[in-house]
Amino acid sequence: MIEIAVLFLLLFMIVGMLFVLEIENLLSAVVMMGAIGFGLSVIFLLLGAPDLAIVQIAVEVISLVILIRATIHRDIKEKADESLSQVSAIPILVCLLLFFLLIYPAMSFLPVFGSPVFMNYYSSSIYYLQEGFKITGAPNIISAIILDFRGYDTLGEAIVLFTSILGALSILRYRNKKKEPSES
Amino acid sequence: MMGMTEIVKTVAEWIKGFIIFYGLYIILQGHLSPGGGFAGGVIIACAFIMIELAFGGKRAETELDEHKSHNLDEIGALFFLFLGILGYFLPQIPFFANVIQLYWPGSPFHILSAGSIPLMNLAIGIKVGTGLYSVFTGLSHYDPLYQEEN
Repeated sequence: MIEIAVLFLLLFMIVGMLFVLEIENLLSAVVMMGAIGFGLSVIFLLLGAPDLAIVQIAVEVISLVILIRATIHRDIKEKADESLSQVSAIPILVCLLLFFLLIYPAMSFLPVFGSPVFMNYYSSSIYYLQEGFKITGAPNIISAIILDFRGYDTLGEAIVLFTSILGALSILRYRNKKKEPSES
Repeated sequence: MMGMTEIVKTVAEWIKGFIIFYGLYIILQGHLSPGGGFAGGVIIACAFIMIELAFGGKRAETELDEHKSHNLDEIGALFFLFLGILGYFLPQIPFFANVIQLYWPGSPFHILSAGSIPLMNLAIGIKVGTGLYSVFTGLSHYDPLYQEEN
């Protein structure tokens, strides 16, 4: 039952992505991106990942739509001039062929879809699941893993966010400063 | 940005507190139920973005101005790093170990439990919320179209 629902939602997301690519109005495209993010969030919820569903619906559905709507003040109607027929199909086909040729030996080692990956007793994920609550005392095992066992990774994530915000603000401020003397 | 109609302003004024409260709930219950610092921080930032969209640029500046949001962003990052090096002078404690849980373990399933995990959630929530809000103010205030309109 869940698999049928997931497949239906995937079909909905593919159709929405085609709408995003083909639609002329920028605002409609952004709203459609929000609908695609909502579909992905429902898929996460059906597959038993409520943490990811909350983050997905907060970031993609709310923030993306609000940020783009707020920072672009007019509806820009644009249609790309160059169509796909101008791009030669041969390089794309060669790239796809090479990709599948090189990825095929690795794909035979992948586990079956839906089966747990590291069921080895000595692997760290089994250790986290069995001993995580006893060691950290946090019932939400995802919080326990990302903030206790893998806290160093989360520090790197925070540094990436900090650096990106710093870079964006410094570039925007530079452009504003450069614009000011011409205005006055 | 000039702000929206009176209906939008009234509704935004009413639900502003509830959205911030919900974000705080998601941050503080991050070690007990699904959620955490990142999602809660984004929700709190969305509350301030909603205020700015509804009332225009000047109103949100009075509640959380740009300088204060930058300072809170840095305080959140430094607080997270401080929780990481908390056990630095104790013997046999690695980097980012949960020192509070080792020495003062709380009772599980309560809000004061799991050592430094709720504090780390709080630090990440402050950092993500104010960071997203400052990016939003940066994008909306330094936009060339915005400069032309005013």
